[in-house]
Amino acid sequence: MSNELTVNDHIPIELRTEALEDLLVERGLVDRTVMDNFIKTYAQDVGPLNGAKVVAKAWTDPEFKERLLANGTTTVAELGFKGPQGEHIVVVENSDDLHNVIVCTLCSCYPWPLLGLPPSWYKDPVYRSRVVKEPRAVLAEMGLDLPDSQEVKVWDSSSEVRFFVLPQRPAGTEGMSEEDLVPLITRESMIGVALVAAP
Amino acid sequence: MTNVSTLDVDGVAAPPRANGELVFAEQWESRAFSLCMTLHESGAFEWDEFRVELIAAITSWEADASPGDTYSYYRCWLTALERVVVTKQLLASGAVDDRVEVLAARPAGYDHGHDHGHDHDHDHGHDHGDHH
Repeated sequence: MSNELTVNDHIPIELRTEALEDLLVERGLVDRTVMDNFIKTYAQDVGPLNGAKVVAKAWTDPEFKERLLANGTTTVAELGFKGPQGEHIVVVENSDDLHNVIVCTLCSCYPWPLLGLPPSWYKDPVYRSRVVKEPRAVLAEMGLDLPDSQEVKVWDSSSEVRFFVLPQRPAGTEGMSEEDLVPLITRESMIGVALVAAP
Repeated sequence: MTNVSTLDVDGVAAPPRANGELVFAEQWESRAFSLCMTLHESGAFEWDEFRVELIAAITSWEADASPGDTYSYYRCWLTALERVVVTKQLLASGAVDDRVEVLAARPAGYDHGHDHGHDHDHDHGHDHGDHH
């Protein structure tokens, strides 16, 4: 990217970021150690694995699932999953009749404590606008062909409500333990652009 | 995270399953992200104050973009953060532009990772004046 810039081009974005960081650090408004911790946490530690644990538990513990659907935020907090962008999590359940998919049409609202930071396609203007207008076509392009008999609902996340999809448990996994189910559950299945496949 | 790396999903779930996608494509993106999170956590602004600016920056990019322009989410993020920082009077308007000029004037090959101790900031109280 930087090698596309010429001397006549706009100021490189790296330099603007550096300038802002330097100024804020010099004024004592941010601490670089805290910054580094945020990067480490969100780039490495928090990822879709938290969400996968929630889904696997919901599949194997009916009482947990009931609580999860009734009150997402407090129920995922039982597992220790809370933090920024984790307020007001609403869990929507997929079934044979209904497929749910999430988007943030305005920016990038997303349940961070469960899924980490959103993938680039989730933030893309094309996904954000098209999935609302023609969800079946967009899902098909992403590799998910849904039967006409299945209703598709698109949930627009905001700072007030962050949706999270509880995917269907695939056939053939009936005997599997919660622990063994976790690795089957992908980030995309919890956004609603993929299904969970049996092993 | 070790479980994630063992994923090998076939069928319809396979194409977009990239659980392991890099969160930040470039280093400045992670700095812009963590700057915002650090400031927010310190109580410098409410999340919605930032989100309103983020939406405005994204909307403005989408309105002005020509076909073929590459969208950069974190460019919008940085624009929004700069606006919040100025609105909340953490930095004066123009302070970032001024500092960018100083940084841009560094000699080629300057080590960006070097912790430069000099101070270009006139209201900071101890301007060394080592480059005047």
